Amino acid sequence: MKTKLKGISYSKYGYLFSIPFVVAFLIFTLYPTIYTAILGFTNCRGVNNTEFQFLEHPLENYKLILQNDSFRVSLKNTVMIWIMNFIPQITIALLLTAWFTSHSNEIKGKGFFKVVFYMPNIITAATVAILFHSLFNYPIGPVNDILTSSGLRDESYYFFTSKTASRLIVVFIQFWTWYGNTMIVLISGVLGISPDIYEAAEIDGANGVQTFFRITIPNIKTVLLYTLVTSLVGGLNMFDIPFLFLKGGPDRATLTTSVFIYNQAFSGSYLYNRASAASMLMWIIIAALSGVLFFIMRDKEQIQMDKEIKRAKKEAKRASKGGVNQWQW
Amino acid sequence: MAVVNKKPGTYGFKIIAYAFCILLTVLSIFPFIIMIVNSTRSTGEIQSHAVSFIPGLNLKTNWSILMKSKTFDPFLGFRNSLIVSVGSTACNIYFSTMTAFALVAYDWKLRKPFFTVIMAVLMIPAQVSSIGFYTFMYKIHWTNSFLPLILPAIAAPTTVFFMRQYMIPSLPMEILQSARIDGAGEFRIFNQIVLPMMKPAMATQAIFSFVTSWNQLFMPQILNTDMKMYTMPQMVSLLNGDAYKTEYGSVYLGLLLTVIPILIAYFLLSKYIIAGVALGGVKG
Repeated sequence: MKTKLKGISYSKYGYLFSIPFVVAFLIFTLYPTIYTAILGFTNCRGVNNTEFQFLEHPLENYKLILQNDSFRVSLKNTVMIWIMNFIPQITIALLLTAWFTSHSNEIKGKGFFKVVFYMPNIITAATVAILFHSLFNYPIGPVNDILTSSGLRDESYYFFTSKTASRLIVVFIQFWTWYGNTMIVLISGVLGISPDIYEAAEIDGANGVQTFFRITIPNIKTVLLYTLVTSLVGGLNMFDIPFLFLKGGPDRATLTTSVFIYNQAFSGSYLYNRASAASMLMWIIIAALSGVLFFIMRDKEQIQMDKEIKRAKKEAKRASKGGVNQWQW
Repeated sequence: MAVVNKKPGTYGFKIIAYAFCILLTVLSIFPFIIMIVNSTRSTGEIQSHAVSFIPGLNLKTNWSILMKSKTFDPFLGFRNSLIVSVGSTACNIYFSTMTAFALVAYDWKLRKPFFTVIMAVLMIPAQVSSIGFYTFMYKIHWTNSFLPLILPAIAAPTTVFFMRQYMIPSLPMEILQSARIDGAGEFRIFNQIVLPMMKPAMATQAIFSFVTSWNQLFMPQILNTDMKMYTMPQMVSLLNGDAYKTEYGSVYLGLLLTVIPILIAYFLLSKYIIAGVALGGVKG
C-alpha cells in the first residue's frame, strides 16, 4: 500500500535495485561454492589445471581427506586453538564489561582503555604474525631478552621448536587481537538493558556480583551466543596468523584447516580436488553453525511477528463475522 | 538514589581493576613500542638488548637496507591495497545501501525470501569456496587482477543486513512520496535523497569494509602470484624471508611501514570505530 501512488505499482523497483546484489552473489559466491562442491568429486589437480573428470567413486576425495592424518591434526588444532583462546577471551571480556558498566564503582578512563584494548584487532593480522615472530625470536628476541635479563631463565628459550609454546603463542595472539572486540560488543549489549532493572536490584540490596550474575548475564544471552558463534566461525577460518607465524609448524602444531587447505591446493601437487573436499567439509560445519545463529537471531522477531499476524487475522475474522452479522441484522 | 560507597572494599576493588587495565594496556601497546623503537636501532644493538625504550640512530641504515631489496616494496603494496580497498569499499557501500533500499522501500513478492537468503549466508565466509573461486577466476584469466578482489564486494550480506536495520527507522516513506509527486524518478530518489540520509551508517560500514579489505591476506595470496600485484599483507609476508634473517632493525621498520597508515587512521577515527563495533558492525 505504501509503495503505491496513483495506482502505479513500484514493486518492480524492488527487483531492479536488487539486481546488482543478486548478480554479484550468483557469480562470486554461489557459483564458486557449487564449483568447489563439484571439484570435490573430481580428479582435478595439477598447476592451473581446469580439465577434470568425475571420479568413479565420487566420495573418494572426502574419504581420503577424512582419513588424512594432517587434516585430522589440523581440525583438532583449529578447535583446540579456538577453545584455548575463547575461554580467557570471554572471561576477561566479561570481567571488563562488568567493571566498565558498573554503576556503583565508576572506572575512569573507560574510553581510553576501550581504544587501547581494541587496537590490536585493527592491525593487519599479517603484520601481527610477523611482529610476534620477531618478538619471540631465538636466540635474540625481546621476549628472550626479558626472560634472561630478569633472571627468569639462564639462557634463551627456543620457542619455535616447542609444539606447546608455538601453539600457546598462536592462542595468545588470537586472544590478544579479539578480546577488545568481544568486550565492546558485550558492553553495548549491557548498555541495551533497561536501567530500571538495575535500579530495582539496587533497591533490593543486590551487590555488584549478584547483579552481574542474576541480571547482566541473563539479559545479554543473545549477545553472548552471537559472540560465541561468530568467534567460532572466525576461528574455524583462522589463516593469516598460523600461516605467517610458523607456516603451521613445528611438526604441524599450529596447522589449522585453512592452512591445510591452502597447502593442499597451492603447494606441492596442487590437489584442488582434495582441497575442495576439505573446504566443503568446513562449509558444512560453518553452515550448520550459522544455521544455529540464524535460528536464534530470527527467533524473537519472527515469533513476535507471527503472533501479530495471527492476532490480526483473528481480528479480521471477527470483524468480518461482525460485518456479516451486522448486514444480516 | 546512588548510595555513596566509601567502604574500604571499594578501594581494594579499584586498585585491582586499574592495575589489571593498566596491565592489559601495556600488553596491547608493548609489541608496537618495541617495533617502533627497534626500527631505529642497528642489528648489533638489538642483538645485545632486544628490549629498549631509547630509540637508536640507525633509522636511515635500516631504511636503505630495506629499500635495497627488490621484492619488499611497501609503496607498491600501499598503492595496490589502496586500489583494492577503495574499490571494494565503494562497491560494498553503494550496492549494499541499494539492496537495503530495495528491501525497505518496496513491497515485492520475493522480498521476504530474498532477505531470508541474505540472513542465511550472512556468516558463510568466502574462504570456504575459495578453491572454486580461484579455478573460476583462472579460467576467465582474472588472476593477477584487482577485479576479483573488488567486485565480490557488491554482494556483501553483512552490510546489507546492517543497512536495512539502520534504514527501517530512519527513512520516512512520506519523503519518498513527496519526491515522487515532484516527479523524481526512483533511481534519482535513491541517489539524491536516500544516500545522503544514510551517511552515518555508510561511514561506519565504510571504515570496517576498508579495514577488512586492507587486512585480508587469503584471497590476494591465492589470486595474485605476480609481485607487482601484491597487496600490503602479502608484502608483509616477504619480511619473513631469508633476505632479512639477520636484519632485525629493517624487519621492524618494514612492519612499522605497513601499519603506519592503519595506526594513523585508527587514532583519527577511533571514536567512530569503537561505536561501530558496538553496533555489531564487524564479524569476529
